[in-house]
Order: sequence, then C-alpha cells, then structure tokens
Amino acid sequence: MAEIEFRNVSKSFGTYNVIEHLDVTIPDGSFTVLVGPSGCGKTTLLRMIAGIGPQSDGQILIDGKDMTNVAPGQRDVAMVFQNYAIYPTMSVYGNIEFGLKNNKVPKEERKKRIREVAEKVGLTDYLDRSPSTLSGGQRQRVALARAMSKNPKVFLMDEPLSNLDAKLRSAMRVELIELHRKLKTTFVYVTHDQVEAMSMADTIILMDHGEIQQIGSPEEIYRNPANLFVAQFIGSPAMNIVKKEDCTIGFRPEAVCLTKEPTSAALSMQGTISTREMLGRETNYSIRDAQGNTYMVTSPTDDWRPQQQVYLNVEHASLYVFGKDGKRLPEMEGATV
Amino acid sequence: MKKVYPYLFIFPAMTGIVVFVLYPMVKLITQSFYKVNPMNEANSKFIGIENYTKMFQTAAFKKALVNTGYYALFSVILIMVIALVLAVWLSGKQDRFHSFIQGSVFLPHVISMVSIGLIFQQMMDPDFGIFNQVLTALHLPACTWLRSSSTAVGSIIFTNVWKSVGYYTLILLAAIQGIPTSIYEAASLDNAGKLCTFFRITLPMISPQIFFTLIVLTIGSFKIFDMIFIMTGGGPNNASTSLVFYIYSKVFQEFDIGKAAAAGVVLMVLVGIMTVFYFVGLSKKVHYQ
Repeated sequence: MAEIEFRNVSKSFGTYNVIEHLDVTIPDGSFTVLVGPSGCGKTTLLRMIAGIGPQSDGQILIDGKDMTNVAPGQRDVAMVFQNYAIYPTMSVYGNIEFGLKNNKVPKEERKKRIREVAEKVGLTDYLDRSPSTLSGGQRQRVALARAMSKNPKVFLMDEPLSNLDAKLRSAMRVELIELHRKLKTTFVYVTHDQVEAMSMADTIILMDHGEIQQIGSPEEIYRNPANLFVAQFIGSPAMNIVKKEDCTIGFRPEAVCLTKEPTSAALSMQGTISTREMLGRETNYSIRDAQGNTYMVTSPTDDWRPQQQVYLNVEHASLYVFGKDGKRLPEMEGATV
Repeated sequence: MKKVYPYLFIFPAMTGIVVFVLYPMVKLITQSFYKVNPMNEANSKFIGIENYTKMFQTAAFKKALVNTGYYALFSVILIMVIALVLAVWLSGKQDRFHSFIQGSVFLPHVISMVSIGLIFQQMMDPDFGIFNQVLTALHLPACTWLRSSSTAVGSIIFTNVWKSVGYYTLILLAAIQGIPTSIYEAASLDNAGKLCTFFRITLPMISPQIFFTLIVLTIGSFKIFDMIFIMTGGGPNNASTSLVFYIYSKVFQEFDIGKAAAAGVVLMVLVGIMTVFYFVGLSKKVHYQ
C-alpha cells in the first residue's frame, strides 16, 4: 500500500508544457480515477508515476520516498497498458513469469504465484497458450495477471477497458472494483470515459489542459461541480446551459419536469421537442427553444412526441450558477428566467 | 468447366516458372552429363558422371569449393553480427548524428560493384594504398591484402562486409522500430535489464527478419563472383577463386560447358542443402505474429 504525492511537478515535451507546477496527493489504498478529455495530461501523469515518462521538474513520492532517480522496475508499481503490451513471443505463463524472474523470485514461489493469479482471473487453462490465440478479454486478463503477480504497492491502469466490447467492459468494471476491495492496494486508473470514472472511483481527479479541475468523490463531483467544465464533463447527457449576460445557469437533464403549461418553478421556458430517444428505463428528449438553443431532458416517462410544444421546469434547488470565468457561484441570485 | 478455371488462372504464372526456372534447371542438369560441343550442340556426347568425377579430382575445383565455404561462413557471420549491433544502436536514438550514420552505412549499397572493387583494389595496394599507409602510421605491420594468397580471401570478405552491411542493417532497423514501445515500457516495469530485454524481447520479435536475412545472405554469399572478378581475377594463383568464378572460367575461358554445368549443379545442391538446413533447424525458433 502506498500514498503517491506530486510535489510541484512539471512535464514538457520539447517547448510544449503539458503539466505545470502540479501538486496533488493520491491517498493510500484509494481507487483514484484520472479523467478528462484527450490530451488533458492524465496518461502523462500516470506514466510519471510509473517512471516510463519521467517528470521534467519537481518530485514524485511513493510512500514518502522520492522516486526521481528510481528505475521503473524498482518502484514497486505495476501497470496495465491500453493495448495490454503483452510479450507476443512468450506464452501466457512466460508473460506472467517474466517480471517475477527479473525480480529474482525463487522458482517454486513463482509457480505458486502464477497458479494463484491465473485462478483469480480465470486463465488456468490458458497458461500454455500463445497470446496471439487469445481474445481481447483474455489478453486483458493476462495483462492484469501479470500486474497482480508482482504484488505491487500501486496498480496503474491506462484505459485498460477501452478495447473491450460494451458487455465485457461492464463485467470487467465490476471485477476491477472487487479486485481493489480484495487487495486494498492503491489503484490509479486513467480513462476518458466519465461513466467508467463515476462507476469505479472512490476519488476522481478531473483534469483539463494539464490542470486539475476538481478532486472529489463521484457524488461530490456530480452534485457539486466546481466549475462549468466539470459540470458539463460529468453526467450523461451533459448538463444544460443557459447563457445570461453576467452568468451562466446550468441544470441537469433529469432535473427537468416537462409540462404542457408553464409552472411557477424557478426556471420555466418553452420549447419544441425535436428528437426522442427511448432507452427503455428512461427517455431522452432534445428540446429546442425559440432562440435555437438545444436542451437535453431525461424523463422516466415516454409520453411526449417530437414536434410537441412543452415547458421545461426546473426547481430552484436544481439550478447551478457559474460566473463569467466559469467558476461556480455560491449565491443563486438571478436564477429565474 | 469449373474444374478448368483454377488451372486457367495459374497458367500465366506457371508458364513463367516453367520457361524461366524449370527449363534452365533441367537443361543445366542434363548438360552436366554431356561433353558439350559449343559450336554444334547436336554433336554433344553423353558421358555420364565423368564431368563430376574429373571435376572433383582437380585442385582448382576443390579450392573453389573451400573458398566458397569461407566466403559464405565469414560473410554471413560478420554481416549478421555487425548489422544487428548497428541496428540496435541506431534504433536507440533519432537524432541527426544517428540519421547520418544510418545514411552512411547504407551508401555502399547504392555504389556500383565495379567502382567499389576498383577503389578497394587501389586502397589495398600494399605499396601505395591508404590502408597500409594508415597501418604504418600507427606503427602496425603492413598487410599484403589482395597480393598474397593468404590474405586475398580475407580482403575480399572485408570488402563484401563493408558493401553489404548497410542494407541488412536497414532491414533489421525497420524490424526493431516496428516493435511497439509499450512492450519495452512493460519490460522496464518488469525490471528487465538491457541484455535481458535484448535477448528476451528484441531478438525474438525480429526473428522473422533475421531468418529472412540469414537465408538471403547465405544464398548471396554462395554466389560471390563480381568482387573476385574485379579485385583479384581469382588470383593470386587461384587463391581467391569461388564456385561461380570457377563456372565462369570454365565457360568463358576453357569453353568446357559440361564441367561448368556440373559445378552449377553442385552450387545449386549446396544452396538447397543450406536452405533446408535453416528451415529445419531454425524455423521453429522464428516467431511469426
């Protein structure tokens, strides 16, 4: 188990600064998800922890020890890569054994550990197989088994589920959460998928342009977004925005109540339903107002049809107000339209 | 009709193979059993394996056979090792210096064999050549290079290695650069040292290209001719001759086509044996993705 601390860390590629003067601590034993749009620096951050893309400036501490001059193999971290990075010339057994052998684990111990992890991830029958004969999901398990066999202090995962189909992805999500609960090790997980972040994390670090936008639990980030970027990034469909002169008002698609007539809610505006997506448990409507702005509404009922005139009503408590700089304003003044 | 289609489709290609591969091969083998009259082929006389028995008794053929073995063995080993070392080194960094070296080692490949032969012949001149001048300046003993029977073969191998190494370096370099970097990153996280990474990751992953290089290089080395023809003419005293050079001198100097064909068959069999040997011995160690 280990706490990871970034102290004034910067990273640049040539003259391009990806991350500047970053300070953040990833708590010991947490399942921390780094999330953000492409190019926000989340993978860079992960690679700095692993030591395979070291920082240009500043310090990274694992368990209080400065890792600046420690080789990746000596850091006691294990990583699962997006493309799995399985050694294609070795069998499944060889893939798991390679790291153990390099770390001088005795043969008997190696055998025991490989048997154990293979059982945990369901690869016992595949140990002699070559990786090229395995499916995507099985390869992903090999990568996971390889990481687990080392009993690392920190698990690093770089979008490990992005190459899997939707069904397998949600199954693996559950398995990873259970794995974390069993191992109680620090997990640092990178993804651009906010659903993955929300479902797995106990701490989310949301990044954009190399800067941390907000750190918090999934609930906190969803219910209390620190700024407009966070508010719009987390949540699907994204938060609706009404631009006012001096501020921006936001409301979640599920906070809207659709009616035929206007109501006395804090926000009530007219629009026409342009599309309707019936998803089974809920229905998404996109509604266009007279100015041509589009709002997404999620409703448990599917009573409304395209081209129908409706009123969008949002209660005062469900409105978010953001200042001109995009920061969240605590006061709710002027939140009526 | 449907049964005919496949044969119809492969007909053009098969015609090419029959005319340009099978016919010359059969012709070569038949001629090796004849005393061929080059002026009038109808007067050629079937003599069984006499061409072979006589040829194997001559010192010139034996010398050519042994020399071909030397040329092939040392060229293949030296070119493979140097090309591999250079490729690994060049793949490490992508800066101007490395690009310059990459271009430089490849350059000899685009120069004509005749020019290379002539220039090296001059540079290896024991009296006026630059090689001996450098050796003398470094207080090292001068070498007789192409002028002595003991050093002629070595000098030709040296020139051959210099000429060919760049091309094979490029093939291996391309193979190494095709290995995903994430595999190396995974290996570094697996605490693999540089040697371990080379032998367990790099080498197995470029094994198809190494295998290809090995076969092409071996076949090419068995057929060495142009360099010998230009640099020594097979001399001094037949010391640097090779099988192909022997064939050439039999056909164009002695007009003994039957013996030349017999030597050609021996060369073909040797190359065939080597190729089969490689496939049987090494193909299991080659990893195809």
